[in-house]
Amino acid sequence: MRVTVIDYKAGNLTSVLKALRHLGAEAEVTDGDLVPIERAERIVLPGVGHFAATQRLDATGLTLAIRAAIMRGVPFLGICVGMQWLYAGSSEAPAQPGLGYFAESCTRFSDSKDKVPHVGWNSLEVRADSQLLAGVEPGEYVYFTHSYKAPVTADTAAVTQYIEPFASAVERGNVMGVQFHPEKSGATGLNILGNFLHWEGTE
Amino acid sequence: MITKRIIACLDVRDGRVVKGVKFVDIIDAGDPATQAARHAREGADEIVLLDITATHEGRATLLDTVRRTARELFVPFCVGGGIRSADDAAQVFEAGADKVSVNSAALADPMLIDAIGRSFGAQAVVVAIDARRDPEAVDPVRDAQVLVQGGRKLTGRRVVEWAREAEARGAGEILLTSMDSDGMRTGFDCELTAAVSEAVNIPVIASGGAGTVDHFVNVFGRGKADAALAASIFHFGVSSARSLKEELARAGVSVRLPC
Repeated sequence: MRVTVIDYKAGNLTSVLKALRHLGAEAEVTDGDLVPIERAERIVLPGVGHFAATQRLDATGLTLAIRAAIMRGVPFLGICVGMQWLYAGSSEAPAQPGLGYFAESCTRFSDSKDKVPHVGWNSLEVRADSQLLAGVEPGEYVYFTHSYKAPVTADTAAVTQYIEPFASAVERGNVMGVQFHPEKSGATGLNILGNFLHWEGTE
Repeated sequence: MITKRIIACLDVRDGRVVKGVKFVDIIDAGDPATQAARHAREGADEIVLLDITATHEGRATLLDTVRRTARELFVPFCVGGGIRSADDAAQVFEAGADKVSVNSAALADPMLIDAIGRSFGAQAVVVAIDARRDPEAVDPVRDAQVLVQGGRKLTGRRVVEWAREAEARGAGEILLTSMDSDGMRTGFDCELTAAVSEAVNIPVIASGGAGTVDHFVNVFGRGKADAALAASIFHFGVSSARSLKEELARAGVSVRLPC
């Protein structure tokens, strides 16, 4: 299976590529060339760091190409900021729109006695019909590092509790996102990436 | 629920894992890639590789070690030692690290923290602080001093104030080593760890002094640590991360289990 990984210069891709290749995927990288997106079989949008970095997706034309690929039914996985980008935007960079596939916006964790960022291994409450998270048992943990998060809605595939409940995974049709880092989440994370690589649709 | 992390630390010299007692007596403890894989398999939540010679010697060996260690490692992987510039950091990330830890170079040029954070995100920057209580001070803990060169040299900086500056510059975590306790197996410096953890809003990783399970219970409780580093407690078969975490869970500490 071939997977196209988008490099928009927000952090390091090495770990994501390594995990995908470990699972047998043929991973190619594009940092602005639209041709790989036009013929992509699967797309992964990683990302750590600041939401404003997604501006590069607009500047390079990748946003339009990704939107077209999603319309064609290409399975799409956003990781961390890559998941947040699927929403309308984020209060981290209010002037920078997201893709808007999910109508809501991402916000910073509320002030509390707990630290922000949320860093470490936390658990998932998985929606029963999630294909992305199939096989993830209650009590399995995944690795997070983030200060902004998506709200819990009907599209939420998993809920995690930190300060408040938030969407740790989202899934509607061929579009999926995870707030955590599956490439850094041991066997549980590899299982989830494997589910994405084998995702064949809801029919 | 967020869990407390147990981080396995590999001190590496010339491509081999070593462990010093108070940074002096060095004992060989194996191949870094093999050791890292074993710790991950045995339940470590994260791996830190500290190159204790990188400051003085070439980096080619380290990059090769990082590459080999990262290859089959699917938990967070932090590399420190001798990272003096954003370019050094970029090479280590390219080789497969998820985070870098900076220490003396950040003290010499605090802008290094900003620079790495800008390029790779705050989550990728760990500021390591070697701390020693100041017995001369009115408050030896709050006025603890920052040391460099393996604890041999005072910097004139105070630990709490430096941790706050590191956070403000975009550090994602603080790795706090008590030089009074390091290698002694007499317990973490819980008072010092709590003082730093309360002063910043980023995670604090406690290091130095782990010898028993109770030491970890204490540093997660009284010490308010978000994570704790363990090196010598694992190296010689004293315990695996999993068995340590099972005992922590029995003591009421939230940890990632099964793992």
